[in-house]
Amino acid sequence: MSTIVSLPDQSTATLPKRSYLNAEHGLLSWLLTGDHKRIAMLYLVSITFFFFLGGFFAGMIRLELLTPVGDLMAADTYNKMFTMHGIVMVFLFLVPSVPATLGNFLIPIMIGAKDLAFPKINLLSWYLYMIGGTFVLASLVLGGVDTGWTFTTPLSTHYLNTHVITTATAIFIAGFSSIFTGLNFIVTIHRMRAPGMTWFRLPLFVWSNYAASIMMVLGTPVLAIAITLVALERTIGIGVFDPAKGGDPLLFQHLFWFYSHPAVYIMILPGFGVISEVISTFSRKRVFGYTAVAFSSVAIALFGFFVWAHHMFIMGVSNYSALVFSLLTMLVAVPSAIKIFNWSFTLQKGSITFETPMLYAFGFIGLFTIGGLTGVFLGSLGMDIHLTETYFIVAHFHFVMVGGMLMAFLSGVHFWWPKMTGRMYPESISKLAAVTTFIGFILTFFPQFVVGYLGMPRRYHAYPAEFQVLNVLSTAGATVLGVGYLLPLLYLGWSLKYGAIAGNNPWQATGLEWQIQSPPLTENFLETPVVEWEAYDYEWLAKKQQAELSHV
Amino acid sequence: MSYISPVLWQFLTKWLTYFAIWPQEASTVAPMADALYLFLWGMTVVGMILVGALVFVFSVRYRAQKHPEAVQIEGSTLLEATWTIIPLGIFLFVFVWGAWLYFRIYNPPANAMQIYIVGKQWMWKAEHPGGQHEINALHVPTGRPVQLTMISQDVFHSYSIPAFRVKREVIPGRFTTVWFNATTPGTYHLFCTQYCGTLHSGMIGEVTVLSPDDYQRWTEQSTSGMSLAQNGERLFNSLGCNSCHNGTAAARGPVLAGVYGSKIQMDDGTTQIATDGWLRDTILNPSQHVPAGYKPIMPTYQGQVSEEGLIDLVEYIKNLKSNYRNQQTLVTTQSNNAAPTTPDMVKP
Repeated sequence: MSTIVSLPDQSTATLPKRSYLNAEHGLLSWLLTGDHKRIAMLYLVSITFFFFLGGFFAGMIRLELLTPVGDLMAADTYNKMFTMHGIVMVFLFLVPSVPATLGNFLIPIMIGAKDLAFPKINLLSWYLYMIGGTFVLASLVLGGVDTGWTFTTPLSTHYLNTHVITTATAIFIAGFSSIFTGLNFIVTIHRMRAPGMTWFRLPLFVWSNYAASIMMVLGTPVLAIAITLVALERTIGIGVFDPAKGGDPLLFQHLFWFYSHPAVYIMILPGFGVISEVISTFSRKRVFGYTAVAFSSVAIALFGFFVWAHHMFIMGVSNYSALVFSLLTMLVAVPSAIKIFNWSFTLQKGSITFETPMLYAFGFIGLFTIGGLTGVFLGSLGMDIHLTETYFIVAHFHFVMVGGMLMAFLSGVHFWWPKMTGRMYPESISKLAAVTTFIGFILTFFPQFVVGYLGMPRRYHAYPAEFQVLNVLSTAGATVLGVGYLLPLLYLGWSLKYGAIAGNNPWQATGLEWQIQSPPLTENFLETPVVEWEAYDYEWLAKKQQAELSHV
Repeated sequence: MSYISPVLWQFLTKWLTYFAIWPQEASTVAPMADALYLFLWGMTVVGMILVGALVFVFSVRYRAQKHPEAVQIEGSTLLEATWTIIPLGIFLFVFVWGAWLYFRIYNPPANAMQIYIVGKQWMWKAEHPGGQHEINALHVPTGRPVQLTMISQDVFHSYSIPAFRVKREVIPGRFTTVWFNATTPGTYHLFCTQYCGTLHSGMIGEVTVLSPDDYQRWTEQSTSGMSLAQNGERLFNSLGCNSCHNGTAAARGPVLAGVYGSKIQMDDGTTQIATDGWLRDTILNPSQHVPAGYKPIMPTYQGQVSEEGLIDLVEYIKNLKSNYRNQQTLVTTQSNNAAPTTPDMVKP
């Protein structure tokens, strides 16, 4: 495996004297910053904290399920564990991860802007995220909450005495963080592109974040409404979900999934963007069918809003509405299939190298393909009846969101780490981490497909003994997976001080972000760039480098 | 595959079940669901192999050592169209197959035997029309369609019998139904699959499938002596329903005989169909269901009747073919005593 030939000044290189990291000093300069890159770093640190917190709960869940009897913890404790796992991972990790960290850092640079359109609102978004996170921690410290992350009424409104309102507040507030981020991205991408950066010269990472932002802005308010109604039902008993008062408990399901199904795409679309960038860079080719990939993101964003009721096929919706939602679900699967093939064919006739981000991207393709195709099982009406609410569904969405989204996130973090910090991570151990993660993941979640088809329901604290073998396998896999996630934390931390100096463009990539220094200046560009090349134009890059070399 | 080669199918499922990676098939729809499941895994494996092979072959052939200069390719409309249309075709095929199965699983045959289920934190209560009650258990005969009419007394639950490949959400405030036709005697898991609070994982039970003879014996042994309809009749009288719905010319409420399943002309000009759920809702929210020609004077019975009591009342009204007994009860019994038994109603 070769490494890409670097420009000659690498050996003696030092970090640039002036960068966004050392522009100002002191904690306050970070907490009051308006710089999108610093805010991205604030997010990266806080999101990492919540990821490992959520991971701790996942570990406890797997440990409990090692034996069929509920012997490690009481049923209530277990219920709180999976609730916390879901809430922390979905609302505090998966939804914000790529947009708030990588998106925040990169979108302005990629389009040639100095910052986002509203830097102060961007900082406010981080504070809202942190306040939301604090409320989650508060509900945890006060004794936890056991609604499940889906807050199903009337369980959440009438039958639980845990800290539902505190947690609902947390999600309400964190939701606004997401709305503001989305709004900021949309305005920035529309208004602040550099001269020559036309819509069809945008990197696909920008396209996919744009599509996800539209969903955040349109979908999240509905979640806020649903969660507010839960709080009102609990406190003053307005009765919109209470059949005894003429309300409808299914209404909550409609409202909740109207956000939470698109939320899956909010999570995965930015990941698609990362994969497009990484695959293109390490095969040194433009993305196959750029327009199709860009439009399939937009198609997903549109269709994603019309499939929410596929979470309710067994809930007594009319057979005919089930039919419509099943059909729409099948249609939304198509754009994802298109992307998988586009990525595969991007490799064709490329010049491929296998650095860590690429390994994660390959892992993404494998796991997301399984995740996507098992989604077709669940979109198929008659099959959904048997599979839904079992471990099959748990396996499916972990394949999509953990196997897909998290692999993409790790791929992106490794890919842009040199740009963000100016230093390289150690290559061989990071490859080991990528492989460990992949194997651990398959071992953890594949047995869950099987145990799900056998009928093991999700959210069970104790289970019939015949399911044990598969659960033991799953727990063993989770241990491997845990190691795979801890490794990057250690070596990326190490690289902050000891990593090799990266240089401006260690991957020889074409994006605007690679044409500026690493780490960038606070103002990103000394003068507004003029974009004269298409996205992923490696011939332009070669010419540019030749010109630079001859200049030297 | 169960259609192409039943023998091969049996061999396959037996083998898979033996290695504990396949649930038992114990209903008529189970082999149908399994066939679709196998097809879907076939699709997934082919998809995986295809994508895996593409990535692997390209990675080997076009690795940088071997292929240092990338060839820039714009895209290809033909290829794009191919991989849009082929997956779309497969997914639409899966959609049609799944929809066919869904209608098969959720549309009960007209002759199905009725059993009522009430879900509550954290138990399943089954009530057979003949008055047999069971908790966290269900006895059903083979070879006969059984329809479950289900309601929850508190939160969402979900009634799942993996060996039958059926499941349906049990919802507060409305009846949902599911049906199956059991094929193999034995005991099977019954799970609650919708998270319902502390003892969610304890809300499990056993479905016992019996041969028709054994089932007959079981019904005779475990009857409480009062059918649901008889319980309903007693409630009907003790709640005073019979003072208005008595079928006389001067009655303040409509005649209920033969009302089940009929179209009713309402006060506001609409027509409504008297289903199980509708009857239940009329008892709880009478002001929303005023028949043409009657005054909205019926009080609500919200909070006065349990879900089981509502099931008894509905079952009583469903079986009310003529109004004769109702009048007789009004005349002969003025107390809350049990009404005389009606042998023709005890049939399970």
